[in-house]
Amino acid sequence: MTPLGDYLLVAALVFSIGLAGALTRRNAILVLIGIELMLNAANLNLIAFWRYGSHPHPDPLTGMMFAIFSIAVAAAEAAVGLGLVIFIHRHAKTTDLDQMHRMKG
Amino acid sequence: MSFVFFLLATLTVAGGLAAVLLKNTVHCALALTVAFAGLAFLFLNLDAQFAGFAQILVYIGAVAILVVFAILLTKGSETPKDGVFSHTWLTGLAIAAAVFAVLGWAVIETAPMLPKSTSVPIVTVAQIGNALMGRYVLPLEIVAVLLTAALIGAVIVAMHEKEGLE
Repeated sequence: MTPLGDYLLVAALVFSIGLAGALTRRNAILVLIGIELMLNAANLNLIAFWRYGSHPHPDPLTGMMFAIFSIAVAAAEAAVGLGLVIFIHRHAKTTDLDQMHRMKG
Repeated sequence: MSFVFFLLATLTVAGGLAAVLLKNTVHCALALTVAFAGLAFLFLNLDAQFAGFAQILVYIGAVAILVVFAILLTKGSETPKDGVFSHTWLTGLAIAAAVFAVLGWAVIETAPMLPKSTSVPIVTVAQIGNALMGRYVLPLEIVAVLLTAALIGAVIVAMHEKEGLE
């Protein structure tokens, strides 16, 4: 049985990779990909702590529900984020974040 | 550390690394799909069947396809001439490395105190359905409203502008 710490380390690694991607890439879509990786790393933590919690628990579903709602909110975030990227591309003809200096079109 | 866990962790981390490092944006999206699949298998490895299959459906089925569509609609697959990384990439990398150092240090320091392997929590899909319709019905409704609002908002934002407004 794999110890809980290993899952937490993998989640920390994926989170840091996502953070590095979000902070260093120039393409706005790649920044969103980095954010998705960070959200997924958090989900892995939720599921790992749910699995290793003390059972029998009065409400064994809590951690699982948290992860499921987190997945749903992340999906909404992806839809709005990519819609914004498409709008900005139509407006500014670029998705390069280094060339975007102002929010006003 | 079991062999299966090692394999899945390697797959996930390699997919994530490829997703942020590759030059071609379409390849990045496909590598992201690999990372999502690795995470879904890790969920299954943690006996969270429902979350694992929800991950496959939502992320591999919807989010990855959405990302590919956005890349193709914005001509993002063309590699820019002056590199794919921002000119402040060193700062970003340093921040990410610092975050990983802090997280990794915290995990390793607390590893002996973490709970050891316990009995598998018995959670059936019927129980999840009952809980969603009972105790968690309010969060479920809020998520439903949020998803509807996000869908309408995304369509309105990305919709073509009307002729008169230009």
